Amino acid sequence: MMLIPCPWCGPRNETEFHYGGQADVPYPAEPQELSDVEWARFLFYRANPKGLFSERWNHQAGCRRWFTVRRDTTTNEIFQDDSHEAVTR
Amino acid sequence: MAELHGESPLAARAETLAGSSVPGAVQLSEVAFTAQITLRVDPKSPAAERIGTAVGTMLPNQPGQVARTEQLQILWMGPDEWLLVGPEGSAGRIQATLAEALGEDHGSVVDVSGNRTIVEVTGPRSRELLAKGCALDLHRRSFTSDQCAQTLLARAGVVVLCRDADEPSFWILVRASFARYLADWLADAAAEYRDRTRQAASVRTLANGSDR
Repeated sequence: MMLIPCPWCGPRNETEFHYGGQADVPYPAEPQELSDVEWARFLFYRANPKGLFSERWNHQAGCRRWFTVRRDTTTNEIFQDDSHEAVTR
Repeated sequence: MAELHGESPLAARAETLAGSSVPGAVQLSEVAFTAQITLRVDPKSPAAERIGTAVGTMLPNQPGQVARTEQLQILWMGPDEWLLVGPEGSAGRIQATLAEALGEDHGSVVDVSGNRTIVEVTGPRSRELLAKGCALDLHRRSFTSDQCAQTLLARAGVVVLCRDADEPSFWILVRASFARYLADWLADAAAEYRDRTRQAASVRTLANGSDR
């Protein structure tokens, strides 16, 4: 069980949250210009790093807001934006 | 034509709740038919200020903060969202007040009275009882009077509202469709206090018997 720091409600149990995948995936500026391959790449291709990963979470059972956290995928340590000190684990 | 009548979501569990209440430990009951209005508005807008003036208290801006007026409790539900809980029958009036104060500005006022019902948990053991199914720290140093939290209680989504931290009194706002499940869970969780009271009583009877 992870303790995820909601920017509004503070640290809460993982079970209160919904995972939203990789953060900062930009929507194509000219989606109609994209080939099928490029469009598929935008829709389905996501990074899967071993280590730090920026991802979206939704505090579903709480304030129902989306936010971004950086998580180390090997240790599940969660870092506040731009910091190298783990907030929770 | 039949008379219109409302039945609260826990009408069928009234006896269960009353029967699981243990004087001196924990009391359970339903607070039915409260008026509940969801308000969404930008907290920094003039509309939010007008609404604050209209209801008689500023909208709470800290997570989990609850503001009270004579009639209303205003619960922080999100950075731009509040739940106003008032006495039975006041939904229309609250809604009109809010809508008038909001005016043409961007925001919304919705009557959600039918969404949730309220289970009142009081008594010295209430924190212990709730802690059996809730991961939050309910100790009064961290969850004090007039604080609320949206969380999971026994896997059901609820709003927990601390009405009084000194003489523990909590309101559990739960969706109508989850209410009976939660009432059953609470009744089950409270069973040990009833058993304990009974045991204590029988131990006393035994002790008195051996004295003779």
